[in-house]
Amino acid sequence: MRASDFSRRLLYWVSVAIGLVLAIVPLPEWLGPFRPDLALLAVIYWILTSPRIAGLGYAWLAGLFLDVLRGMTLGQHALGFVLVAFLAHRTQLRMRMFPILHQAGAVMVLLAVYHFVLFWTDGLTGHGYTGWDRWLPVLSGALLWPLIAAAGDTLARRAR
Amino acid sequence: MVELSHETRPIIGRGPPLGATFLALAIASIALMVADQRYDQLERVRDGLSAAAYPVQLAVDMPFRIWGRLTGSFADRSRLRSENLELTARLRLANLHLQRFAALEDENRRLRDMRENSAGVAERVLVASILNVDLDPFRHRVLVDKGASDGVFKGQAVLDAEGIFGQVAQVHARTAEVILISDAEHAIPVQSNRSGLRSIAVGTGDSDRLSLPFVTVESDLKAGDLLISTGIGGVFPSGYPIAEVTRVERSAAATFAVVDARPTARLDRDREVLLVWFDPPVPEPDATAATPAEATAPTEAPQAPGTAQ
Repeated sequence: MRASDFSRRLLYWVSVAIGLVLAIVPLPEWLGPFRPDLALLAVIYWILTSPRIAGLGYAWLAGLFLDVLRGMTLGQHALGFVLVAFLAHRTQLRMRMFPILHQAGAVMVLLAVYHFVLFWTDGLTGHGYTGWDRWLPVLSGALLWPLIAAAGDTLARRAR
Repeated sequence: MVELSHETRPIIGRGPPLGATFLALAIASIALMVADQRYDQLERVRDGLSAAAYPVQLAVDMPFRIWGRLTGSFADRSRLRSENLELTARLRLANLHLQRFAALEDENRRLRDMRENSAGVAERVLVASILNVDLDPFRHRVLVDKGASDGVFKGQAVLDAEGIFGQVAQVHARTAEVILISDAEHAIPVQSNRSGLRSIAVGTGDSDRLSLPFVTVESDLKAGDLLISTGIGGVFPSGYPIAEVTRVERSAAATFAVVDARPTARLDRDREVLLVWFDPPVPEPDATAATPAEATAPTEAPQAPGTAQ
């Protein structure tokens, strides 16, 4: 393993962990529904840039930890995370060639898949909330994607 | 645009193929969900994981707590003085009420003793503070800083200074998750203080509103009535205020009236709550059908949402 591999791996772990912490930081009430899924966006980013390092296992663990942090049924976020990570892996060769806006659109689709998994499992476990605002993070996440890609590129360049 | 690096996904011989890993992990998640939801088999696993989550939750809470302490210690003298005056005035008033209340309580206890019926008065309380942690914007749940190590148990009643706040939904080692009475999955038996009418108040997902879906149009209930807890079900102590009726709409065509109530507890502003231990009311002697196990079972526990509609 090269040294840059290791520093990239560390960056991957740390950035997803920070995303997880930010998932429970209190926000003002009006901003709460907009909270983007930063941990998942970090997972997607690292899968697109360095798929050899960003595997499915860590994504799954991150999702599981999010379940525990939020006190949800164990496995809900884990399933969403691993599904999105898998789709990102399968499409990464194409997705990384897209122009940034196009890429944001693709990320929006991935986020929609993730929130659909949450919505569906919520319904199955009897916690269904059907308001339209539960889909807001899909929008805010896609809008945030260009920023995240830029920030990640800066970091990754330094780590090389 | 995401920068290209020279690494792409390996095609040959690095670990199991992607599809197989995905399938295994997806099946593992589904198995976890089923085990957690249907069989309650995962207490141990959850305990271990929540022990790992606890430091994270504390770390998120810490800056807010420090800020609160700083602003508290630098509070200026005049504010403290005015606060002190106000508190003294309130205490005097409360003491006045209490004098009369003590006599009433004695009398009440004598009357209840005559009927061999304990009212389920709160015996012991523990103050818990709410951690500054957002769980889910669409569910009314909070995390408090007391857990199994302080004797907190699942289904325990949680109160604040103004009324009933919620009940413990999940206990971890050092924290507990409290479901508020305004959560859309929560229902609580209530009684009108004025007419004695009994009903059930369910949460709406709005912290300013409870709904009473099972009040018939002929019922004696009107805006301004105070709803108190009944003690039925053994989860909540009886006689504590829950909500004040704000709206009663009767239409001749409907069987049930549309009734809304506003919780008396300050659900969205509280930082500290009370965990309550009390003796659940003893069932009436003639109610032989109710075994002790049933009497203490949390029948007010989260109900399936569809029942409200």
